[in-house]
Amino acid sequence: MKQLTVLSGKGGTGKTTITASLTVLSENIVVADCDVDAPDLHMLLHPEIIETQEFKGAKLAVIDESACTECGLCREKCRFNAITEDIKVDPIFCEGCGVCAIVCPTKAITLIERISGHAYISKTKHGFMAHAMLNPGEANSGKLVTLVRQNAKTLAERECSDLIIIDGSPGIGCPVIASVAGVDAGLVVTEPTLSGIHDFERALQLLKHFKVQPLVCVNMYDINEDNTEKIAGFCKENGVKVVGKIPFNSVVTEAMVNGKSIVEYAPESDVAEEIMKLWERILSNLKHGSG
Amino acid sequence: MLRNMGRMIVAVASGKGGTGKTSVAVNLALSIGNVQFLDCDAEEPNAHLLLHPKISREEPVYIPVPVINEGLCDYCGKCAEFCANNAIFVSADKALVFPELCYSCGGCAIVCPRKAISEEQRRIGTLKYGLADDLELVYGELEVGEPMAVPVINEVKKQQIRNSKTVILDSPPGTSCPVIETVKGSDFCVLVTEPTPFGLHDLKITVQVLKQMKIPFGVVVNRAGIGDQRVYEYCKNENIPVLLEIPYQRKIAELYSKGIPFSLEMPKWKEKFQAFFDEVRKYADK
Repeated sequence: MKQLTVLSGKGGTGKTTITASLTVLSENIVVADCDVDAPDLHMLLHPEIIETQEFKGAKLAVIDESACTECGLCREKCRFNAITEDIKVDPIFCEGCGVCAIVCPTKAITLIERISGHAYISKTKHGFMAHAMLNPGEANSGKLVTLVRQNAKTLAERECSDLIIIDGSPGIGCPVIASVAGVDAGLVVTEPTLSGIHDFERALQLLKHFKVQPLVCVNMYDINEDNTEKIAGFCKENGVKVVGKIPFNSVVTEAMVNGKSIVEYAPESDVAEEIMKLWERILSNLKHGSG
Repeated sequence: MLRNMGRMIVAVASGKGGTGKTSVAVNLALSIGNVQFLDCDAEEPNAHLLLHPKISREEPVYIPVPVINEGLCDYCGKCAEFCANNAIFVSADKALVFPELCYSCGGCAIVCPRKAISEEQRRIGTLKYGLADDLELVYGELEVGEPMAVPVINEVKKQQIRNSKTVILDSPPGTSCPVIETVKGSDFCVLVTEPTPFGLHDLKITVQVLKQMKIPFGVVVNRAGIGDQRVYEYCKNENIPVLLEIPYQRKIAELYSKGIPFSLEMPKWKEKFQAFFDEVRKYADK
């Protein structure tokens, strides 16, 4: 079984649009939405939830006011500024590290478990899906991503699937690292803008750092063909394969408004055609790639 | 209004990535002038690609991580037991620190009964200072492979200057810790969205965060004309002001792709951003 992560660095380059289409085109795969703080894939794949798990991320400090002498030591030692001036815990900033509890001279502070989000195992028309929703403002998205990936792996083993496709979040920080660690290939979806190029180069460095085979797709390539050339040139110099070039087409937004992937909504469109080619090239790279 | 003349801190956030946060933040900054611009997207900073600043200096960003003095350590394992992030592993005759998992709470050094743990500085990013005409830019760049952007964002925010300049904070996408760190302490948050189901869905999540944090906010609809009306309906029902609409125009997209803020080439937008900022001031005051 292979794993492919779709990432981008910059947000809004089309990760989810492409992941949804690849899921529809494929047979016998499991898809995982690992953008746990702003998941969008469910709006195109309409999963039916079979199982819900509570996600307990960081713990939360609780102060027993009857035992607290307001000495302020907890506030002084907390490096996350989670204790307010009037010695109350601000749950938004509490990381659950427990330093306040160990320094409290009257043992007035305990750590309790809190539910930071939910993980779901679902069924879609196109196979099984693992996804999650972090509660707004919670930390520990990396741990929730790891849980989603474990769920996807269990599903894939049970269903004898050949491939897991993982939709990542923007950026290159902890949730993205958790999404790419140990996968067979990373599909970097970029756009021909200066920001797109800048962020794509950092995403490629990230894949290199974690020794993951990079594949590149330029989305909306015709917005600036000079920049698309630059991306292609950069890839060539660095021995990275460009596996797709997708034109800009407003039908993509139309498909989204209608809650469908572009390959279902407008299978004859230039975008859908290019995504089909992209899919063929990804499959052949996964087949022949190492891993 | 005199009370409006004070220095304001305005954060620009979105939930969904790629809705145009940086574009809105930069065009706003260039239109109103006298701005200190803090790009808080340390994972993927982009404002400098539109502002083309002259970088005047760079500074490393460090976080403290534990070092175990094995001469003093008796492998009792209390540090490993305490660490909520599993950044320390202790066996019968070995104590290992995994610094990239450490978020610097400092607890291991406190619980160690033999005072065998001290802290050393570990570099996780770089702070860059630049000037683009009279606009001051500070941004952080997380080292590739490092998971935690928050300490870098923190350092960027510490560079806020205490004078009469307007501070604009450009937030990373999402709704988790890096976003919270960016928007906290701001007087107003501009939420940039696009009129699509993804834009609306992620806007709703971000609205919950801002309500929890009690930060006043308003919406900018970017790429107006694509998608549908549901973002507007939502804002109307929730009494969220839509402060500005930027239509989808290929010209704007092309200018952005070349690193040109569109208000420089389409001067009527300068006035629109100024009027938008007046609205922001009004709502921040309420």
